Amino acid sequence: MTRTSGLLAATLLATTALAPMATAETLRWARAGDSLTLDPHAQNEGPTHTIAHQIYEPLLIRDMTGAFEPALATSWAPSPDDPNVWVFTLREGVTFHDGAAFDASDVVFSINRAKTEDSDMKELLTSIVEVRATDPMTVEFVTDGPNPILPSNLTNLFIMDEDWANANGAVKVQDVEGGEETFAARNANGTGPYTLVSREPDVRTVLEQFPDYWGKNQFPMDVTEVIYTPIQNAATRVAALLSGEVDLIQDVPVQDLTRVAGTDNLEVRTAPQNRVIFFGLNMGAADLESDNVEGANPLADARVRQAMNMAINREAIQQVVMRGQSQPAGMIAPPFVNGWTAELDQAKTDVAAAKALMEEAGYGDGFTIQLDCPNDRYINDEAICQATVGMLAQIGVTVNLDAKPKAQHFPLISNKTTDFYMLGWGVPTYDSEYIFNFLVHTTEGDRGSWNATGYSNPDLDAKIKSLASETDLDARNDTIAEIWEVVQAETIYLPVHHQVLNWGMKAGVGIDVDPEDQPKVKYISMN
Amino acid sequence: MLAYILRRVFQSALVLLVVGLVAFSMFRFVGDPVDNMLGQERTQADIERLRDTLGLDDPFPVQYWNFLGNAVQGNFGVSYRQGRPVSEILIERAPATLELAAVSGVLALTFGIGLGVFTAIRRDGFAANAIMTLSLVGVSLPTFLIGILLIYLFSVELGWLPSFGRGEVVQFGGWSTGFLTESGLKALILPSITLGLYQMTLIMRLVRSEMLEVLRTDYIRFARARGLSERAVNFRHALKNTMVPVITVTGLQLGSIIAFAIITETVFQWPGVGLLFINAIQFVDIPVMAAYLMLISVMFVGINLIVDLLYVMIDPRLRGDPAKGH
Repeated sequence: MTRTSGLLAATLLATTALAPMATAETLRWARAGDSLTLDPHAQNEGPTHTIAHQIYEPLLIRDMTGAFEPALATSWAPSPDDPNVWVFTLREGVTFHDGAAFDASDVVFSINRAKTEDSDMKELLTSIVEVRATDPMTVEFVTDGPNPILPSNLTNLFIMDEDWANANGAVKVQDVEGGEETFAARNANGTGPYTLVSREPDVRTVLEQFPDYWGKNQFPMDVTEVIYTPIQNAATRVAALLSGEVDLIQDVPVQDLTRVAGTDNLEVRTAPQNRVIFFGLNMGAADLESDNVEGANPLADARVRQAMNMAINREAIQQVVMRGQSQPAGMIAPPFVNGWTAELDQAKTDVAAAKALMEEAGYGDGFTIQLDCPNDRYINDEAICQATVGMLAQIGVTVNLDAKPKAQHFPLISNKTTDFYMLGWGVPTYDSEYIFNFLVHTTEGDRGSWNATGYSNPDLDAKIKSLASETDLDARNDTIAEIWEVVQAETIYLPVHHQVLNWGMKAGVGIDVDPEDQPKVKYISMN
Repeated sequence: MLAYILRRVFQSALVLLVVGLVAFSMFRFVGDPVDNMLGQERTQADIERLRDTLGLDDPFPVQYWNFLGNAVQGNFGVSYRQGRPVSEILIERAPATLELAAVSGVLALTFGIGLGVFTAIRRDGFAANAIMTLSLVGVSLPTFLIGILLIYLFSVELGWLPSFGRGEVVQFGGWSTGFLTESGLKALILPSITLGLYQMTLIMRLVRSEMLEVLRTDYIRFARARGLSERAVNFRHALKNTMVPVITVTGLQLGSIIAFAIITETVFQWPGVGLLFINAIQFVDIPVMAAYLMLISVMFVGINLIVDLLYVMIDPRLRGDPAKGH
């Protein structure tokens, strides 16, 4: 009798103990890299922002489709009185993880912090002259001229608590050179859906749901605990997913996609990434270092560039090198970007016509050139370059491939000491102006810093500059289209493809692939 | 004797300085950290400012001199990648590598000696031949492949052991140990086999050939003739005499287990100093690379110095004192 009642009591206890357990869901998540620091303004880098997005929040975010969604601001619009001012209305009733209330002074503090010398985010905020709080729930951004796309520069700009930063000596952004780690690099106090439980850099970061999150009933929020582990080696990462040790991995290698998709209880979800892969051609130099043509630069001839563009068989690269995981590109803008059109994104392969163009340009016998390529930056980067070598050989261009680690490749582009190079480009603002500023504008001042082609067109430069302050969006879009027309006609770059993201996950993890490669856990539903 | 020791210590210090100089002359070929440290939107002015504050444009002897000046005071700089003091990161990461190396070393010694003796005694047996053949795998297969194969078999197919990481660790002051938790012990198994396999086969083959040599000598024959048991002959007399070269090799291999844990740590995402070094190379994190290389060379030079000094103790001829000579 006693035994039965004891058993009954135990069963009852077990069921009551299990009841809340059913809703507790842990997401074990892995990707190649770790966040470099928790200081939200110290690094402008993918994995660092991804972790920050769980803990901190910007004024507005992009949802999984790339569209704006309100976060800490509920609405924003240019001021009706002054075209140089943007007015943001803030969300009411938001608290930081330590319980402090969120208001306009925190926004002013955070933007000013991100504008300081040591901040890695400051280049996105150069147009901002002043940020002021007009009342506790309204903030005005004053820019140095009308800035129609200011909100797109704020989607990774996280808001910290002013009092917390003051109390903990975290007012200054962590700088590597200074030699001191600030409190904010190891600790975090945001308004985001998850709070920091523990973190060992490069080993493990544990987050748990913030019970007072303002959007608790608005988003699925099924995940109560997040365990984030960087796993660098691709084979180990896939093995961890296959063996059930993790629930979600980013960057599934293309050769393992069928294996993962073919396993019971696992799924691969795919979506185009906000990143286009292309080749740059040094057309500006009088003579090239690496070619065999004396006293002239074959790349200065638009016909040669067009011929090279036509010789690249993007479908073959897609099929063979990328195993279908890419989208052939005809322009250097990802499909989400304002200014992208389906017509411009077409590229056709025509070796015969390319040969004729080479003949016409006086290079019927071809020439030799060196191609600089990274081997650890983009998906199958070196293999894409190898395929391109073979394709260009068909029109007589003998390419010597020099593939090296990214740390050696990118300085060639920064220092503009390469004749022919691979580059990948993502557009965080989702607007063509960003592409033009960095890749098309003549290298001068803050613009054209990634334009290693030597291309310089004063008319185009003037048009690019005008985009920054054109508030009539139709007129602005017309200018963008005009600029693209020139970029395409001049064949400044040879586009290859849009990269595709692959996330592998346990069946039941409900999340769409985000073009920025930044899963936001609050959107995940678990079944 | 004292002069000899001083000379050896002086030579060791010189070796260390040269290693550092060579390391610093190589860093520029690893790449440029600036693009890794700044975002895509960086301007030329940002690049120049950062290069200037980090002293990247200084000639490498100057960079080396600055590093030495700080290192002497115990300051190894701040990691470009993590923005934390390098010494703090190294202290945090060292226990993982040392525990892994210790377990691999013990595994390699135990199985190496055991199997070596076994294959020597039963040298024509089927099992002994099979072990000898299999040991070729250990010598010839690259470490990363062995690691991946083990992961595939024991994690993916059988699901017995974890494929990555250290499991749960327990903190003792500054030391984190995986020895005290079940998941920590489980996590040690695959990486330590991967890391120790080469050393194990090496020791096994060494013990076997030494043992075969010794078993042929006269005193073993006399021991047998005296009617000593097989056990006493093999283990008390033969094995003892094979141990001298084994100890020498093991001592030297201990250094390489720690230094070459890099690949094993990368495959198993083992959070030790080897993985730290790989990350540092990819990022061109010069302070971390410099500190790691100096640490490893101090370790190698230290082991060699100790071995040299031990020789002096063991071998009177090296003492250079003819008065006490034979």
